[in-house]
Amino acid sequence: MGKLRQLALQNVVPILFTVLCVSGIIAARADISLPILANDIVTRLSRNLFLVLSLIIPVVAGMGLNFGIIVGAMCGQIGLIVVENQGASGLGAFFAAMGVSIPFSLIFGWLTGLLLNRAKGREMITGMILAFFANGIYQAVFLLMAGPVIPLHNQRILLDGGIGLAITIDLIGTGGQLDRLLRPSIPFMGLPLFIPVATFIFIALLCVALRGYLRTKSGQELRAVGQDMHVAEISGINVDRTRMRAILISTVLGGLGQIIWLSNIGTMNTFQSHEQVGPYAIAALLVGGATVAHATIWHAILGTLLFHTLFQVSPIAGQILLGSAQIGEYFREFVAYAVIGVTLALHAWRTRRS
Amino acid sequence: MNPLDWLKRLGVTRTILAAFLLVLWIVSAVATELDLVLLFSDCLVRTGMNGILVLALVPAVRGGVGLNFGIPLGMVCGLLATVIFMNFDARGGLGLFGSIALGAALGAGAGWLYARLLEAVRGQEMMVGIYVGFGSVAGASILWLFFPVSNPELIWPLGGEGLRNTLVLDGYFKQWLDLKLAIPLGGTAFVPVGLLAFWLGLCGLVYLFFRTRVGMALSAAGANPRFAEASGIDVRSMRSLGVIISTAMGAVGIVVFSQSYGFVQLYKAPLLMAFPTVAALLIGGASVRVAKVSHVIIGTFLFQSVLTTSLPLVNALVGQAEGAQALTNLPEIARLIISNGIILYALTRKESA
Repeated sequence: MGKLRQLALQNVVPILFTVLCVSGIIAARADISLPILANDIVTRLSRNLFLVLSLIIPVVAGMGLNFGIIVGAMCGQIGLIVVENQGASGLGAFFAAMGVSIPFSLIFGWLTGLLLNRAKGREMITGMILAFFANGIYQAVFLLMAGPVIPLHNQRILLDGGIGLAITIDLIGTGGQLDRLLRPSIPFMGLPLFIPVATFIFIALLCVALRGYLRTKSGQELRAVGQDMHVAEISGINVDRTRMRAILISTVLGGLGQIIWLSNIGTMNTFQSHEQVGPYAIAALLVGGATVAHATIWHAILGTLLFHTLFQVSPIAGQILLGSAQIGEYFREFVAYAVIGVTLALHAWRTRRS
Repeated sequence: MNPLDWLKRLGVTRTILAAFLLVLWIVSAVATELDLVLLFSDCLVRTGMNGILVLALVPAVRGGVGLNFGIPLGMVCGLLATVIFMNFDARGGLGLFGSIALGAALGAGAGWLYARLLEAVRGQEMMVGIYVGFGSVAGASILWLFFPVSNPELIWPLGGEGLRNTLVLDGYFKQWLDLKLAIPLGGTAFVPVGLLAFWLGLCGLVYLFFRTRVGMALSAAGANPRFAEASGIDVRSMRSLGVIISTAMGAVGIVVFSQSYGFVQLYKAPLLMAFPTVAALLIGGASVRVAKVSHVIIGTFLFQSVLTTSLPLVNALVGQAEGAQALTNLPEIARLIISNGIILYALTRKESA
């Protein structure tokens, strides 16, 4: 019994969210079609999971939740912009976008790493402000310089005046490529449930790679630094370099994840898409039971599932329970902030006590 | 004092921003037809409008909890007070000062709770503060949807849900402070004496507060907690006091902001307001650990003037040019880069580590 209680206490966040999701579904059962909900959830899982997974490495390295992931997301968008500008299309174009994003992710990830190494102990807030700052630079580049300074010429992605990228870009060449590749359906309660198998294989490869990496020497160093920076330093690990490595991996994965995310949606809000990524991916990871200091692949999977189920269900539940769909939207936003805020607070409280 | 020493005392950020502002003004005067008097009047209004919010950060920094990114908590309290007074149809000075008083009281209460939370998360105050700010704005959004009001001017005319996004202060207390004792400068330009006096008066009060026994104890608790503890100061309650004053002043700040702006912005409007506010304080020369009233005055004026000047300036310069519409985004982009750049600089400075 004591063991069960301990287990429940340790997993209080995922349990709470499971209860929320299930009661939301029950409350809204009249207005929810389960097969449609299932399709939505599968789509959202394939769309978001890669991004959520990209947050794990910095947590292991003791750098907390990587709010700077937005920098990676921007690099992913750079890849998409370049490829769409060329007018390329097909699966090749999709992977080309990934290829283009990687060098950018490495450069900007390196700069992020330099900054975060100067801000030990306050990596999260620095990463967050960095994301806002980078957003300014991104806008300056793609709103003011795209066209005259940066050789983007495809009128389809530019604003009418020829300066600045369009506010939304249809990803004609890269959209949906990976998802379409292999998307069988299985019957589920009378309706077909589509499963983007190729995307899930891609995500599974990342999971395997992450597990493998954490077992290598480099991965072990990461853990050591995450547990105690000073002990790691004394035992001969180059702490700054290890932390840099964590940020580089996370930024590159964040870029790839953003490409998967946007390709699935099919349109890019050029100046907004990246902003939404950080908070929601982080909240999803935390909902799965991860903390600032501990995150696993299972946390990411469970969290993404729960968070996005809640995302789907809460407006409908809000409509039925309180007569307002708007409240559901504010509620899920509140949940996203609250879950991050409470986790941060709990972590700080625990570290202080120990 | 030789000029080099003087520059050193001014500091890097202040020098750059002051030089930038000067350039903007010179360009405005030389290259455009902008009405400089009006521009200057706008700068003063915007300074007074934002000044109290910036001032509100000082007690928290002094108390040792760093930059108070949770200031939207205070703002939400101020907005709530304004909505309540508007609902009772309180107009003019009564509405304004009633909102200020009630807002400050609510802010003090919320600040007390917030201070208890921050006490539990020592070391991560700023990060937790950001989420307290976000959470309170999102939570208040739900409140606005359900808030029981009877005044038809506050709800959507055709039976939409909850309070309007923006409440119009015309006829309530729009620019009540701005126009008090205002010195007209011709046209629509004026010096908002009442607004500036109210802000500078509060600045003076805060300055005097830090000269009192309690104020000094508060500063000591923030600067060196162990030493303060040893000399018999209750560090925890002093720190809490800093947070409470800060949150209460945040409430006052948003009421004054709204009256000057002429609108009460609800829902998501205050979500990101902490960042430019913090940036203004830092531009004035403050850091994560040090903040003075002079930093508030200099920083608010410099930052707000740069923002106020750059928008019409860019519009006047770019204005008619073919296909250059995108360039009108320049001021907003500059604001993002300047305000977050300065916060990054403060967070990564060696002094603060």
